Amino acid sequence: MPATIDTLTTKFPGAFTVSAFKDNARVELAAETAPAVLFDLLKCLKDECGFDFLADVAGIDYLNYPGAADRYAVVYALANTATAQRVFVKAFANDPDPELPSAVPLWKGAEWMEREVYDMFGVVFRGHPDLRRILMPSEFTSYPLRKDYPLRGLGERHNFPTITRAES
Amino acid sequence: MPVDVLPIADEAGADQEFLYTLNFGPQHPATHTTLRLVLTLDGETIVKAVPDIGYLHSGFEKLGEDLDFNQYVTVVDRMNYISPFANEVSWHHTVEKLLGIEVTPRCKYLRVILAELARINDHLLCVGAAALDLGALTAFLYAFNEREKIYNIFEAASGQRFHPGFSRVGGLMNDITDDVARLIRDFLATFPKAHADVVRLLNRNRIFVDRTKGIGVLSKADAISFSCSGPVARASGVVRDLRKDEPYLAYPELQSAFKVVCSTGGDCYARYHVRMEEIVESVNIIKAAVENIPSGPVNVALNDKVTIPDKTATYRSIEGLIQHFELFMWNRQWAPPVNEVYGATETANGELGFYLVSDGGPRAWRARTRPPSFIHFAAFPSMMEGHQISDVPAVLGSLNIIAAELDR
Repeated sequence: MPATIDTLTTKFPGAFTVSAFKDNARVELAAETAPAVLFDLLKCLKDECGFDFLADVAGIDYLNYPGAADRYAVVYALANTATAQRVFVKAFANDPDPELPSAVPLWKGAEWMEREVYDMFGVVFRGHPDLRRILMPSEFTSYPLRKDYPLRGLGERHNFPTITRAES
Repeated sequence: MPVDVLPIADEAGADQEFLYTLNFGPQHPATHTTLRLVLTLDGETIVKAVPDIGYLHSGFEKLGEDLDFNQYVTVVDRMNYISPFANEVSWHHTVEKLLGIEVTPRCKYLRVILAELARINDHLLCVGAAALDLGALTAFLYAFNEREKIYNIFEAASGQRFHPGFSRVGGLMNDITDDVARLIRDFLATFPKAHADVVRLLNRNRIFVDRTKGIGVLSKADAISFSCSGPVARASGVVRDLRKDEPYLAYPELQSAFKVVCSTGGDCYARYHVRMEEIVESVNIIKAAVENIPSGPVNVALNDKVTIPDKTATYRSIEGLIQHFELFMWNRQWAPPVNEVYGATETANGELGFYLVSDGGPRAWRARTRPPSFIHFAAFPSMMEGHQISDVPAVLGSLNIIAAELDR
């Protein structure tokens, strides 16, 4: 792990902070630097540090979280299939237009995972080839896993068009 | 359905008017659950396959922010209802990682044994159902007969056949009885013959081999790029098994008992084969573990203040009673660190991970699931192109897509 951090520090000085909890080492990018740096950082981790496996892309909403400065975070869980090491890259984003670069050019698997984060949190991935809703119907207007989305829904379903058997 | 939901006409196919669109599912005998595939066909050949998911709207992750760490087990069970106990192990592995507690040696062994039984259960259903879709009914019946015995074990251990809810933070609901140990030993004695029967029925079955070999090929590079894990990745030559790579529970002590099964074929037959061989390795693990279960408590000690005390401690001791109240009163409960942690285990389908964010309260701030089926289904279109409609059940069956895992 220290070698990886050293490589990142020489290539992206001052762009990220490093933290760790239990066996999870994390590279964190602030909301201001994330859109510019994230893609190159992931590419560096993939091509130069051997983290070739994108295990997961997780969206998080930090609204009213204790001590949180930014609202959204997208966590990329990377793994090295040769050495079984893991590293987590956490990029923050903020309202009103949370936007991050897409990782689809690096990993094909990122396509569905990023679509899910977009569907659930409304984080837009710039450069994604096919950014549509994946779990919710396309008529849906809000983002269900945001913290300000009420548990009983916003009543979107009442606005859905009714399709009869004859016109379907 | 309105057309704009799924724009399936791409640049290559837009001017070809002879292309035919076929909806495969949501309810189709070969999808087993509610999956919808929009197939663009040129005659019998699939030009494009677009999976459409999101029919269940189960709200698992939203529920994870509303239920506490013990309650959420019931939901985790239902994410993959084919091998629920493996999911419970994964969830509580992550929670225990966050809380910083280590379960007792006895609990580690019991969790491993039951999780491996769940893996056998899952692989049997996957192989049996795939064979059934390809016309081999007997193999399916043999597999289901064995599943029945595994359900009996779970019923004897926890009282539930399908959704045991047996795991707790810091241990298990209760210790296993001698009756359960006897059932497990009986199963280990009779199962190898049933396994051999299924292998004999399918391995060199002309129809089965012809319909699976060379179908749905996933190369090693693609398997890594699509983030595939578990048997799907190992059938493509990715040597990655969290039981060996990041050993958890009792696996460090059982390393010599099992091998990682890999293949280089990457097709449906290789995936079937890897699953059947993994069952053998799971039997070896259970055999090695069941004879060496350490004695001692199954839950961590009362003064760790995380486990629900058993009934004797609750009713007969003041410490147990206080801890029971502390854990069940709405405004007390756990006090995990304000931090976040990712924990993953190797379930039957692959890497099941949970990204757990905690705000210090008794419930998770965010309980993100890394579901293997969802990620495997993303690779489905690329595996399907150029094949025929009759290959769809073979590929679906070999990927073992669980619809509940596709939803959030």
